Amino acid sequence: MSLLHLAIIAPFIIAIFVPFFYKYIKGVHTGWFVLPLPILLFVYFISFISSTSNKQTITESFSWISSLGIDFTVKVDGLGLLFALLITGIGSLVVLYSIYYLSKNTEKLNTFYVYLLLFMGAMLGVVLSDNLIVLYAFWELTSFSSFLLIGYWYDREKSRYGAQKSMIITVLGGLAMLGGIILLYLMTGTFSITEIIAQSDAIINHPLFVPALLCILLGAFTKSAQFPFHIWLPDAMEAPTPVSAYLHSATMVKAGIYLVARMSPVFAEHALWVWLIAGFGLVTLFWGSFSAVKQTDLKSILAFSTVSQLGLIMSLLGIGAAALHFDELNPAIFTVATTAAVFHLINHATFKGSLFMVVGIVDHETGTRDIRKLGGLMNFMPITFTIAIIGAFSMAGLPPFNGFLSKEMFFTGMLSVLEMDFNWGILIPIIAWIASVFTFIYSMILVFKTFTGKYQPEKLEKKPHEAPIGMLISPIILASLVIIFGFFPNILSSSVLVPALETIMPGFSFDVKISFWHGVNEELLMTIGVILVGVILYFTLSKWRGVYGLFPEKLALNRFYDNSLDWMQKGSYGITNAYMTGSIRNYLAYMFTFIIIILAATLFGKDAFAFSTENVAQIEFFEVLLSLIIAIASIAILFTKSRITSIILTGTIGYIVSLFFVIFRAPDLALTQLVIETISVSLFLLCFYHLPKKLTEDPLSFKVRNAIISVGVGAVVTLIALSAHSNKLFDSISQYYIENTYTEAAGKNMVNVILVDFRGFDTMFEIAVLGIAALGIFSLIKLRKNGGKKVEDK
Amino acid sequence: MEILMAFVVGILFMSATYLMLSRSVVRIILGTTILSHGVHLLLLTMGGLKGGAAPLVGENASSYTDPLPQALILTAIVIAFGVTALFLVVGYRSYKVLGTDNMEKLRGNEGND
Repeated sequence: MSLLHLAIIAPFIIAIFVPFFYKYIKGVHTGWFVLPLPILLFVYFISFISSTSNKQTITESFSWISSLGIDFTVKVDGLGLLFALLITGIGSLVVLYSIYYLSKNTEKLNTFYVYLLLFMGAMLGVVLSDNLIVLYAFWELTSFSSFLLIGYWYDREKSRYGAQKSMIITVLGGLAMLGGIILLYLMTGTFSITEIIAQSDAIINHPLFVPALLCILLGAFTKSAQFPFHIWLPDAMEAPTPVSAYLHSATMVKAGIYLVARMSPVFAEHALWVWLIAGFGLVTLFWGSFSAVKQTDLKSILAFSTVSQLGLIMSLLGIGAAALHFDELNPAIFTVATTAAVFHLINHATFKGSLFMVVGIVDHETGTRDIRKLGGLMNFMPITFTIAIIGAFSMAGLPPFNGFLSKEMFFTGMLSVLEMDFNWGILIPIIAWIASVFTFIYSMILVFKTFTGKYQPEKLEKKPHEAPIGMLISPIILASLVIIFGFFPNILSSSVLVPALETIMPGFSFDVKISFWHGVNEELLMTIGVILVGVILYFTLSKWRGVYGLFPEKLALNRFYDNSLDWMQKGSYGITNAYMTGSIRNYLAYMFTFIIIILAATLFGKDAFAFSTENVAQIEFFEVLLSLIIAIASIAILFTKSRITSIILTGTIGYIVSLFFVIFRAPDLALTQLVIETISVSLFLLCFYHLPKKLTEDPLSFKVRNAIISVGVGAVVTLIALSAHSNKLFDSISQYYIENTYTEAAGKNMVNVILVDFRGFDTMFEIAVLGIAALGIFSLIKLRKNGGKKVEDK
Repeated sequence: MEILMAFVVGILFMSATYLMLSRSVVRIILGTTILSHGVHLLLLTMGGLKGGAAPLVGENASSYTDPLPQALILTAIVIAFGVTALFLVVGYRSYKVLGTDNMEKLRGNEGND
């Protein structure tokens, strides 16, 4: 257990103490006790920058389930460190923000911070684990804590719906990912990511390679809200805003991005990886930005914007992976895309975090997030407005903010597809460009519909005013980062970006120089085009908004999700109801039918019809007579309607059986059978008075069904008996009993000696059975006076 | 002889199955009784029905019938009897308490609780 392990486990440990702080230190907001931890962790992780920028990786292992190859191995390399810094850095800011956002008096702060710390620890575990099973465990813990956080206001219906939805979708992907992990283990024999990467060349032609790839991607796509799994993210906006800012913009939704980046060295040489990631990323990018424009709730806009930006990062990772796939082309063309992906990942975390906090402030100070009610807040909240402008302009990709730089690099990456020289390649930059136009529009809506325009005090619950300074600190820090990274992008490049990139694409050298001005080129023209078209479309929004009405609501993915849940529920209910009828007779019919089917199929399958007439005893007249009587009696019993006849016929069968025992030289059996048959018949007659006079009859259709089943059972038993008798494999062991009954056990009746001497154990428990039956009968009769009910009451 | 007995056993199984699938509790209990008869005869048949003396050493015969299946059947008869007796009392009690012997009407507590 090293300090690194402790860093991951620390949030869990603090989570244990949070309820005590909450309960015993009432005067102070619980968040203050939580705040030092992420700051400490952030500082701790910063100390690794010097080693990772020298291409060193720090690995610490802690034995967990070594026999199964599962060890808690922590590995700090460029990629892991980048994410760890994001998680702890934004985590600190979000905790600080939440201290001012959540009221000490009305909210259950203890649960909030416990969940948040659980999430933080789990997320650190995801990005720093080198063992895939450990990674998976932390992965599910992030799904789980996200579920708890979305459902934080659990008395609201929509929170519960959103929590359930995100749980179902992310756990679906998580399980697929587990499948992928196991497939990888089958191919490589290890769970260690480092060792799997080392074997990546060997497994690319393995038959399990593609299934593993698909499973891992399904996990990554569901977690990172890629189309069509993005539907959980907008509903997750029911969570408190600090949660949305932290989980659903900066960290958890990037776990899928992390997974794709982390597994790139394993899978990227396969074309499927390149095209699936790039394709789904582009569709998500377009669909997210297109849908964001029609939202009226600020957080919904941000949710779809997050979806869209995640798609952007994902598509860049896909195109970057092409560097490994297309050997003949200069890889530097494509690695720009990977650089853009990682750079945008950081940028997105900064501006999206600040925008969520801005929206939280607006919500907190006005009581609504509906853009139709908001407007003209600029004069009331100048600082919030400034932050919003910075964030939104960065998101739209305008200079001089960091979003501009990554958007330019994004266009470079998209244009590099043209180098691949295939037919529809030109579509990719076009789709990317259209998506950027929509991004521009919703960014403008976000700022200008909220802060400019007409102030509508009658629609607001509160009189708006500027937020307290504590609430503003975190967004101010993030907005400053937006500007700093915008003006001085190279402070990140050698320290954070390059180590991360070299982890994603080992074997390539990166020399990242990001500059604002790189001449008049295609990218710049595209950006200018985005701004021009975006401005025009923004001002004519009311005219073309009707486009969204054209899209049929029935085809919406949410509707599909809700309906399929509904169908599954109704379907399983229907299936269960169809066969679980509550009638024991039906269950018996199923059992008999399956017995017939399975046994008959086995008989046919094994070709067990080699009946022989060897070893067969002579047939004598008495035996034929008795057989006829027993057959007639047992068939006649089926047609009697009165109970006395059926009882007598059953008695007849019993007595014939004892006669059979006589003929087949079994005196003890004959004796026992006679006595017991007599007692049974007497018992039947004893109950005779109480039993119903007429036996309940079935309608004809049931009779036919039952007749078919019973004939089947009889036929199968006969066939098996014939087949078994014809294929005797070895002699009986009874010769031993015959020889030793007198000499060893001092008895001449072999059956009795077997019962009490050779196999006396059976007899003992047979006595026990009789004893239990007697006790049961006694209590059934005896407890009658209590009416049965009193026994239950006791 | 074994072939004939296989058919007898088959008929016993058939009628037992049919009785067990019927509505009346009494018929079901009769069905289980007949089923146990079928099983006992099957055990005896499978042990072999070849001639030979009854399994008593005093007979001084050259060959005996197999004593082992007989011992097994004896155990089975007693157990089947215990179970049948218990069934019968359960059937009797349920008829007394519930007022019906129709299996279609005996469907747990659905709707009653």
